[in-house]
Amino acid sequence: MVLKPGESTRIELTVNSVAHQVDVEARWLLSDVLRHSIGLTGTHVGCEHGVCGCCTVLIDGEPARSCLTFAVQADGAAITTVEGLAASDGELHPLQESFKTHHGLQCGYCTPGFLMTALPLYERAPEMTDDELRRAISGQLCRCTGYAGILEAIRSAAGIEHSRKGDDS
Amino acid sequence: MKPAPFTYHRPETRTEVDALMAELGAEAKILAGGQSLIPIMNMRLSSPAHLIDLNHLRDEHAEPVLDDGHVAVGPLVRQSSAERSALVTDRVPLLAETMEFVAHPAIRNRGTVVGSIAHADPAAELPAVLAVLRGEVVARSSSGRRTITAGDCFRGPLENSLEDTEWLEEVRWPVARDHQGFAFEEFARRSGDYALCGVAARAERSGSTTTVALGYLGMGDVPVCIELPALDASAIDTEIEDAVAEVVEHQLDPGDDIHATVAFRTHLARRLGVTAARRAASNAEARGES
Repeated sequence: MVLKPGESTRIELTVNSVAHQVDVEARWLLSDVLRHSIGLTGTHVGCEHGVCGCCTVLIDGEPARSCLTFAVQADGAAITTVEGLAASDGELHPLQESFKTHHGLQCGYCTPGFLMTALPLYERAPEMTDDELRRAISGQLCRCTGYAGILEAIRSAAGIEHSRKGDDS
Repeated sequence: MKPAPFTYHRPETRTEVDALMAELGAEAKILAGGQSLIPIMNMRLSSPAHLIDLNHLRDEHAEPVLDDGHVAVGPLVRQSSAERSALVTDRVPLLAETMEFVAHPAIRNRGTVVGSIAHADPAAELPAVLAVLRGEVVARSSSGRRTITAGDCFRGPLENSLEDTEWLEEVRWPVARDHQGFAFEEFARRSGDYALCGVAARAERSGSTTTVALGYLGMGDVPVCIELPALDASAIDTEIEDAVAEVVEHQLDPGDDIHATVAFRTHLARRLGVTAARRAASNAEARGES
């Protein structure tokens, strides 16, 4: 396959379990395709060189910078964005609920990146040491909260999930 | 902050990559993880005319494999995969110890080990580790393969010693032997940032003497690898201070920049060097006894 400047190719992205076919140019970043082509603007774009972490999404289940991935590289991949967290009836994901409860956000710009980074690890966060948890989220920058609330939120999310399941039974 | 237009190539075999490199040469860049390349393209510090995307190569290993005295890492092995590899933990403990210092978890999920070596950033961890372990890389092109030692692999900042038509297909990490011990230390302002100074240490116990090699990052245009004079193993704790101070003073030539003065970098090189050398020597002793 060869794609010249200005030419587009059709790629398949499964975003939050919905299949999309999108025409992209080779130089288009995954972050821009999610926001502009698919209209999912929950993925925020901060520094565009991988430092701030705002644009973090899951690519095939693992957190990755969507600003450091060409959309064409993600052809055929399953992407999860922050829009995939809350239930269809609007009920917040336990992680989102926990960020709300523990002052894990203020302006909210960095929040989607924090949520997507925390998503694969919040269930084991209660057993992680402060040091381990800080290191696990060290790739995300927040300029409002001072991080203490964010750590608390990630640590408490599993508890919220368990108490919800308890309520259901 | 968007990359300039380029022509995108998606080969499916290594031979197709060879052919593309033969045709395009210096006009082309290899894209694997892209975690160093895409930022500099976003900032328009680099605007290659062609990108050759390796991500769709068929039958590539996703994990490091054991091969005749070394652990071989292919072009699509992600850094996170090396980090989680039991083989790496067991056979190349220095690499295992260093992985968590490389950028951030989300970057390591995409970034490749081979890419970090090819990028040849003198402030990056993996080139210094490869240098101190005396590892090798395998370069290939349409006219064949050649093995390059780590010492000959790095030519300058972001410059490796490959020809324009060559690309890296493998990095080889020597398996740790008995009586060898290792340690990695670095100082960065924030976790995952480029370190102001870092050092990988390899110690080897032979009879009553211990030899230590230090591989520094962030202290020159390429990783700087220095062998300390052999020391009496029983006196290493007291003698290592002076030995490290001596090489730091005479063999390192760090730069001054907004992040740290020469004096501060030199201080770090001495302290981190001593800490890493001591720990490596003590690990060598422990491994020798086991």
